[in-house]
Amino acid sequence: MMATATDKVAVKGGNGRLAALTAWIDERFPLTTLWKSQVSEYYAPKNMNFWYYFGSLAMLVLVIQILSGIFLTMNYKPSAAEAFNSVEYIMRDVDWGWLIRYVHSTGASAFFIVIYLHMFRALLYGSYQKPRELLWIFGMLLYFCLMGEAFFGYLLPWGNMSYWGAQVIVSLFGAIPYVGDALMEFIRGDYYISDVTLNRFFALHVVALPFALVFLTIAHLIALHEVGSNNPDGVEIKKVKGPDGIPLDGIPFHPYYTVKDMVGVGVFLILFCLVMFFAPTLGGYFLEHANFDPANALQTPPHIAPVWYFTPFYAILRAVPNKGLGAALMGLAVLLFVFLPWLDRGKVRSIRQRGPLFRFFLCAFAISFLALGWLGLNPPTPTYTMLSRVFGAVYFAFFLLMPWYSSVDRTKPVPTRVTYHAH
Amino acid sequence: MTEAVDTGRRHFLTVATVATGAVGAAFVAVPFLASWKPSARAKAMGAPVEVDVSRLEPGAMMKVEWRGKAIFIVHRTPQMLAQLEGVTGELRDPDSAESDQPDYAVNLARAIKPEYLVLVGVCTHLGCAPLEKFTPGDVTVSADWPGGFFCPCHGSKFDMSGRVFKDVPAPTNLPVPPYQFVSDTRIVIGADKGNA
Repeated sequence: MMATATDKVAVKGGNGRLAALTAWIDERFPLTTLWKSQVSEYYAPKNMNFWYYFGSLAMLVLVIQILSGIFLTMNYKPSAAEAFNSVEYIMRDVDWGWLIRYVHSTGASAFFIVIYLHMFRALLYGSYQKPRELLWIFGMLLYFCLMGEAFFGYLLPWGNMSYWGAQVIVSLFGAIPYVGDALMEFIRGDYYISDVTLNRFFALHVVALPFALVFLTIAHLIALHEVGSNNPDGVEIKKVKGPDGIPLDGIPFHPYYTVKDMVGVGVFLILFCLVMFFAPTLGGYFLEHANFDPANALQTPPHIAPVWYFTPFYAILRAVPNKGLGAALMGLAVLLFVFLPWLDRGKVRSIRQRGPLFRFFLCAFAISFLALGWLGLNPPTPTYTMLSRVFGAVYFAFFLLMPWYSSVDRTKPVPTRVTYHAH
Repeated sequence: MTEAVDTGRRHFLTVATVATGAVGAAFVAVPFLASWKPSARAKAMGAPVEVDVSRLEPGAMMKVEWRGKAIFIVHRTPQMLAQLEGVTGELRDPDSAESDQPDYAVNLARAIKPEYLVLVGVCTHLGCAPLEKFTPGDVTVSADWPGGFFCPCHGSKFDMSGRVFKDVPAPTNLPVPPYQFVSDTRIVIGADKGNA
């Protein structure tokens, strides 16, 4: 049955002119339909806890990065001769330039913090399991684009750590048999990391990947709204519906979760501002000290480490004494996440019903990830290399043994309704 | 009057159209992908460089830039050359069989003239710049250090011919670039008799 424009006006009520405008738009663009299907009549489980803040926070950081990035682009010069000085110009001479740059640099690390927590939420509650495999894959593609975005963006200040970090990462492609050297030359567009490389990384950072991120975010949301949000109990709320066809455990995203997410945004922005105003380099973790020297092709910094969000994978790379195998294992460490929906043979989703084996492996994985991250920041002493190998083995065990431990684990039955205490 | 739709024909036409479009898209992609290769200017800037080594003292090293990479030129002393034989047992690729160098540098000294060592100063692990640690027993490396190059990034070690030691991350010896002597003390880097 089609609702006519006059019906919608009657339903909306309120301000007559606004309602008339809405009706005018609705005849030409499905504004009200979209708003209802995606927001005010999208039913999310009523038991979502604080782990569910990080999706909306990731979107917030994306917006922050795009806006601050647009303004940085207005003063930044993507050439080897001018890049470093143009960043200093932004910091010293442009009114509020320092603020815009620190928003962007803090935003980069904040993005990864939020995304890692968002991904850990999916591991905790089995959010990648059927029927959310595509939702998860879109999310992983977003993560890969984000890694690319961070890598390309890191070269732009043209500091010495930018330069040598790019040198190390591009060299990883040299480990690919037969085509490695030609591929490196193709990526750089030169025989070394040069003006040409900087210029193309700039194009990828400000045009290509932001487009990809926005489109993938839309695809991620469409997939989410198709299958519906998971929840801490792993209960499929669509199975128990009221006479009106609405899940009994569902509440409209707006106003319930828009209001709840605003609390998360408030807390997030407080922490964000604390870093941005009082510790923008965060002791060298968010902005590395060696990057305050301009790029120098003839002088390697004494200790090369990527920014913290890549160090778990970097530690795996360094732990392997064989270049090709190290690069392959590093790639595998990132790629394995994609296959989680098929590696997990568990009959339940949520950690609340999982047995001791899964809990043990998830804990071990989380500890390994953090430990590898710490080890990757430090110089490779023999002890640290040995530790990297141990934690690397645990990291891979989490994925590769998952088909076994997730299927034999002793699980609790999944409840039919979510756990919810009114307050 | 209705006519039956020939679905086989429709299917063939759909597949043919998609295939034609794919071929067209592949051709259109060529110029865009090719634009990523080193440009004519980048190639010209990568031309050979000529170096005068007449003022390089024995035991000293100089760095010149070629294609954005540091090229190490070491004027080796007889003592430095004498120790090359002694370390071969500790090397991963003592005969340079797996490494990257022109044919005329496949020898113990990895050089045309043994006293002049010419190397690309880029670690074969991940592209850092190795440091000159020519003093035997240099404690910043190790007490039994025979002298050579040390990469500060991930601890790779190379001998006085740029040959890699065992049990370090670098897989192969430091590369030797193409080079030739145009006089007794003038070296052209980036070109040899093969491609000059």
